[in-house]
Amino acid sequence: MKLLVCVSKTPDTTAKIAFTNGNTEFDSAGVQYIMNPYDEWYALVRALELKEAAGGTVTIINVGTSDNDTVIRKGLAIGADEAVRIDADPKSAYFVAKQIAAYAIDKSFDIVFTGKETIDFNGSEVGSMIAEALDLPFISYATNLEMDGSSAKISRDIEGGTEVAQIDGAFVLSASKGLAEQRIPNMKGIMMAKRKPLNVIPPVDVAEHAVVVNYELPPAKQSVKLIDPDNMTELVRLLHEEAKVI
Amino acid sequence: MVLVIAEHQKGKFKKATFETITYGAKTAELLNTTCTALVLGQAEGIDNLGTYGASKVMQVNSDHLTSFDSQVYAATIANAAKELGAKVVVINHSTTGKSLLGRLAVRLEAGSVSGVNSLPSLDEGFKVNKNVFSGKAVATFEIKSDVKVLSLMGNSIPPEEMGAAVGVEALNVEVPTPKVKVLEVKTVDGIVPLPEAELVVSAGRGMKDPGNWGIIDELAGVLGATTACSRPVADAGWRPHHEHVGQTGVAILPNLYIAAGISGAIQHLAGVNRSKVIVVINKDPEAPFFKAADYGVVGDLFEVVPKLTEAIKAFKAS
Ligand SMILES: Cc1cc2nc3c(=O)[nH]c(=O)nc-3n(C[C@H](O)[C@H](O)[C@H](O)COP(=O)(O)OP(=O)(O)OC[C@H]3O[C@@H](n4cnc5c(N)ncnc54)[C@H](O)[C@@H]3O)c2cc1C
Ligand SMILES: Nc1ncnc2c1ncn2[C@@H]1O[C@H](COP(=O)(O)O)[C@@H](O)[C@H]1O
Repeated sequence: MKLLVCVSKTPDTTAKIAFTNGNTEFDSAGVQYIMNPYDEWYALVRALELKEAAGGTVTIINVGTSDNDTVIRKGLAIGADEAVRIDADPKSAYFVAKQIAAYAIDKSFDIVFTGKETIDFNGSEVGSMIAEALDLPFISYATNLEMDGSSAKISRDIEGGTEVAQIDGAFVLSASKGLAEQRIPNMKGIMMAKRKPLNVIPPVDVAEHAVVVNYELPPAKQSVKLIDPDNMTELVRLLHEEAKVI
Repeated sequence: MVLVIAEHQKGKFKKATFETITYGAKTAELLNTTCTALVLGQAEGIDNLGTYGASKVMQVNSDHLTSFDSQVYAATIANAAKELGAKVVVINHSTTGKSLLGRLAVRLEAGSVSGVNSLPSLDEGFKVNKNVFSGKAVATFEIKSDVKVLSLMGNSIPPEEMGAAVGVEALNVEVPTPKVKVLEVKTVDGIVPLPEAELVVSAGRGMKDPGNWGIIDELAGVLGATTACSRPVADAGWRPHHEHVGQTGVAILPNLYIAAGISGAIQHLAGVNRSKVIVVINKDPEAPFFKAADYGVVGDLFEVVPKLTEAIKAFKAS
């Protein structure tokens, strides 16, 4: 099987969120970057498992500048065979998806994996955009994927439950928790990753239709009102009369 | 024209859809245009949609729409949007909406913003806000394309009865043949799913044992709340994984979030800090969650939670 996994780089989950340049840019000073957890833990690992079971190749792809190479190498260390980086600073989901689709369009991947969302922009858009640009079916928030020859059986999260679907032929999916278990790269993987190909290719022209013009931090919370643990009637009164939520 | 996709599940419209129609109608007012609701497939109560502000309600019927295939739905919506000359398309930020938004953006060559939480501002260009960095900041996006697609975060604006019932018109557009075969749809009936819940009761490792969850279920029961949990509790299999909230779980913004025995780690807060009111019950006064809380109870949850349940019962009875 030919598998493509889209990986993105995001600030670490504990990173301090601050902005610079008149609140128009994320302040990356002192911020640690990681591979987006959904891409690493679920999408990449499930792709590797499928390859291990049925043979084939796993290619990881990233749209970004050379700053992203550490994250890409980590994907290779976990077990991807090769990597592609489209050399551009991504400004929107549309831009990213169009770049990946332009790369993938003539390469007949069997499955294109994305994460369910990036933990910085929380967009959940790239996978669905790639699917449309490649004219392929798309399953979002996949929690289980089993292959039977070229037929896939996929479970996905829906509001208040699960949907199970079957697709015969190529498709795009976005990975959610449950699809696989996180793998930690070992020393051998890290050594091998250094020799695996990381191909840098130029971007194609894409219009930027929707861009961030400003960021804002939410107003600081008022300090907490403590309530006597023996007086839950008071808490209920406050929730009703003051907060007006019950 | 603003086109709102009136999502239904098993033929029923939910509150989120009424919110989206109201959002579409208000956006249409700002743009000096009208709002049309579009229903794909069969559903109950279509006549009602006008009440929430749609001045026209249209329906596409086809056997190809009886189960969900994002490719088929997106093509149908895009065909309708082109046919009707829609300038803005709005959908729910639900799992369905999320599967469609990106496809619509590509099909309509439109700028898209997912999970918007405010009406557009039109002062300089078309701008909308959405939460980013898992609720730790708000970003303002400018959409520059002629056609725009948005998904509306649930619980961002209340549905308003701002119009009157209108008749349904059939719309004939091409609906492609599905490639996705839906084998099974399993939903729990009677429980409001977390992303839509207004009241949420959540518990974490402080519960000590999965067998202790009865007090949480009881509190949720008397409140009519949905239950949630922290990640380690879901990882350990104490609770189903769809209950896991936080950065790597579900992000929610209920009116009330009650957290018992949860420390309030940054990754947990990331998914819940947009709740309107947060109540924290923890025996450790230093627990970081108190910094993000509106109301705090320092005490043993095994005593506090049942007392709170009793107090709510008494309040409901009065
Ligand atoms: C990349 C990454 C992503 C993550 N994503 C998430 C996520 O999405 N969601 C999430 O929840 N976590 C997430 N985590 C984990 C997170 O960092 C915390 O470990 C987790 O939230 C802690 O869960 P907890 O509060 O239930 O447990 P603990 O931190 O162990 O807290 C238990 C709390 O219960 C209190 N307690 C104990 N007994 C009682 C009692 N009898 N009465 C009252 N209080 C009591 C204790 O004082 C303590 O504060 C993530 C971590 C990483 C590294
Ligand atoms: N710059 C990028 N390069 C490669 N893949 C990306 C990039 N940004 C996002 N993705 C993929 O798209 C998924 C969803 O991203 P988003 O739509 O931004 O939430 C991520 O989980 C990644 O798999």
